[in-house]
Amino acid sequence: MISVTNLSKTYGSNTVLNIDTLEIPKGQSFGLVGNNGAGKTTLFSLLLDLIQPSTGHIVNNEVQVDQSEAWKPFTSAFIDETFLIGYLTPEEYFYFIGELRGRNKADVTALLAEFQDFFHGEILGQKKYLRDLSKGNQKKAGIVASFIGNPEVVILDEPFANLDPTTQIRLKGIIKELAAKENVTVLVSSHDLQHVTEVCERIVVLNKGELIKDIKTSKETLKELEAFFGG
Amino acid sequence: MGLGALYFILVFLGLGFGAYFMIEEAELGDPLRVVNTFMIYYLGFDMVFRYMLQKMPVTNIKPLLYLPFRKSQVVYYSLGKTIVSFFNWTHAFFFIPFSIILLTKDYAPASVIGWHLGMMALIYCNNFINVLVNNKDTIFYVFAGIFVLLGISQNYAWFDITAYTGPLFDLLYDIPATAIVPWAILLALFGASFNYFKKNMFLDGGLATKTTEAKTEDLDWLNRFGNLGTFLKNDIKLIKRNKRSRTAVIMGFFFIFYGLLFFTGAIEVYDGPFWRIFAGIFVTGGFLFSFGQYVPSWDSSYYPLMMSQNIQYKEYLSSKYYLIIIATIITTILSSWYIYFGWEVFAAVLVGAIYNIGINAYLVLWGGAYVKTPIDLTSNKKAFGDKQAFNAKTLLLTLPKLFLPMVIYAIGHFLVSPMLGYILVAVVGLLGFVFKNKVFALIEKIYKKEKYKTLAAYKQKS
Repeated sequence: MISVTNLSKTYGSNTVLNIDTLEIPKGQSFGLVGNNGAGKTTLFSLLLDLIQPSTGHIVNNEVQVDQSEAWKPFTSAFIDETFLIGYLTPEEYFYFIGELRGRNKADVTALLAEFQDFFHGEILGQKKYLRDLSKGNQKKAGIVASFIGNPEVVILDEPFANLDPTTQIRLKGIIKELAAKENVTVLVSSHDLQHVTEVCERIVVLNKGELIKDIKTSKETLKELEAFFGG
Repeated sequence: MGLGALYFILVFLGLGFGAYFMIEEAELGDPLRVVNTFMIYYLGFDMVFRYMLQKMPVTNIKPLLYLPFRKSQVVYYSLGKTIVSFFNWTHAFFFIPFSIILLTKDYAPASVIGWHLGMMALIYCNNFINVLVNNKDTIFYVFAGIFVLLGISQNYAWFDITAYTGPLFDLLYDIPATAIVPWAILLALFGASFNYFKKNMFLDGGLATKTTEAKTEDLDWLNRFGNLGTFLKNDIKLIKRNKRSRTAVIMGFFFIFYGLLFFTGAIEVYDGPFWRIFAGIFVTGGFLFSFGQYVPSWDSSYYPLMMSQNIQYKEYLSSKYYLIIIATIITTILSSWYIYFGWEVFAAVLVGAIYNIGINAYLVLWGGAYVKTPIDLTSNKKAFGDKQAFNAKTLLLTLPKLFLPMVIYAIGHFLVSPMLGYILVAVVGLLGFVFKNKVFALIEKIYKKEKYKTLAAYKQKS
C-alpha cells in the first residue's frame, strides 16, 4: 500500500529523517515509536505531502504523493490541532469533513452513533466550539473525523496523548477493530509502548531519523522495546 | 502594528504641526479654542478605537501567577504595560507639536503646559476606562450610540454638546492649576483598575477565557451549490464567529462611504475625472480589499487539514473567488444610492464593480499566494495591517488593481469622451471573465508552488 524509497528530509545540515526503504502492506496496523525528534511526525507530514522530501519519495497506493493529489480521497489523518477548525461545533466539523469525503448528513450521523461510547457525552450537543473544548475532547473529535468516508489509509499521530484512561482503552478497541478490516491500513505513532504493542501488528522504531528496529509484534515485543528505550 | 500604526503617526504628526495654521487660515477663531471645542469628539473616537483594538493586559498574566511575585506587583506590571501602549503614545505626535506651536505663537507658557498636562491625563483616563469596561459590550454600544447621536444632533444644530464641554477644556488653559482635576480623576481610575484586577486575578475569575455558547448552524440552503456550498458555509461561519474576520468585513463595509470624499468635492485633489474610477473601485471593492487580500491566511490555523483533506486546490480557490464576487455584487447593490450624484458617478461605481469582479478578484487571489502571514482569528491585534503582508510582490500587484483602470479610463476620456472611458474599463473587466479558466489554472499553479512555504510559514505562530 505504502512504499517509501530513499526518503530523507534535511533542514540546513540537520538530517531529521533518513529511510532507505520501508514497505507497509495493505491492511497492516503499523506502529511508529521513538523519542522526541526521532522523525515520527516528519514521516507522517511527508506522507500527507505537507512538507517536501529532500530526497526520495513516498508512493501511496500507486500514487506518488508529492506529484499527484490522487491519494487524498482514500487517505485521512489526524496529526494535531491544525486539523481542527476551531470556530465550528463538533457536529459542523464532522458534517464538513463528511461533505468533503462524499458522505451526506445521514451517513455521518450513523457513523457518529457508533462512537457514542468513545465520545462519553462530551462531544456532541455541547453548545461549544471546537476551540473551547479541552485538549482531550478536541483529540476525540479529530480522531473520529479521520474515520469518516471509509478511508483506506488512516494516519494518527500520538492518538493516546491527552486522553483519559477510559478513553484510551476505548480507543485501543476502536483501532484494533479498524485494523481487523482487511482493506484499512492504520498508521499510529505513540510514546506509550504498551498501547502501541497492544494495537499494532508491526512496530518500527525511529531514532534521530534512522530506522533502528522493525519488529513483528509478539509477547516479547514490549520487553524488547522497554530494554531498548531504558538502556 | 506595521503600516496602520505608521499611518496614524503620520496623520497625528500632520495635525500636530498643521492644525494651528489650518484653523487660522480658515478663520474659525482662536485655534486652541477650536481644538478644545472638538476635543470631546477626539476623546470619544479615541475611546471607540481603543475598545475595538487595544489589547488587554490580562492575556500574559497567567504565567506570572505561579512565580514568586506579589499579586500587587503583577497588577502594577500589567497595568504599567498598558501605559506604554501605542494607543497612548501615538497622541503625543499630535499634542507635543501642537503645544510647541502654541508656545511659538506667544501663548502663555504656564497655561500651555497646564493644558498639555491636562490633556495627557485625559488620554490616560481613556486608557484606564477602557481597561475597566473591556468586553462589556452593552456599555460600549450605549456609549457609542450616545456619541453618534451627539454627532448627528450637532450636525443638525439640535443640541451642541461642545458648547458645554469646550469651556471645560478651555479652563485647563485659562487656569492651568485646574489640570490637577484630570490628574485626580486619572489617579482614581488607576486605583479602581488596580482593585478590580487584583480582585479578579483568578483562573476562573477575570482570567477565564470567555466562551460563547455555540449553536450548530446548518445553512442547508447552500447545499444546492455542491462543493462550492460546502466551502461557502464554512466561510460564512468564519466571518460570523471570529473577531478578526468580522472586523475585516465591517471595515470593508465602510469603504462604501469612501466615495463621498470624491463625489461631494470634499477634497480638491480628488476632483479630476479619473479619480471617479478610483473611487468606484474602492466603493465596491471593500470586501475584496479588506477580506480578499488575506486569502488564504484566514484558513491558516487549519491549513494542514485543508491541504490533506479530499479537496482539490481548484475547488478551494474557486470557493474563495465566488465569495469575493458575491460580496462585491452585494456591495454594489448597497452602493446604488450614489445615483443621487448623477449618472456619471453611478457609472463609475458600476464600472468599478465590473473591474473588481473581472480583474481584481483574480489579482487578490494571486497576491494571496505570497501573503504568508498566519492570522489569529480570535484577536484584533493586527487588524490594521501587518507589515509582513506588504511585501514587494503584493505591493506590485496593487498597481493593476487601482491604477491600471484609471489609466484605461483616462485613455478613453481624453481621446473621445467620458463614456468611452467607462466602456473601456468595463470591457477590460468583462475580458477577465472570458479567460477565467486560463487565469485559474495559472493561479492554481502558483498556489501549488508556494504550498510548502505557506504551510511552513503558518506553522510559525505569530
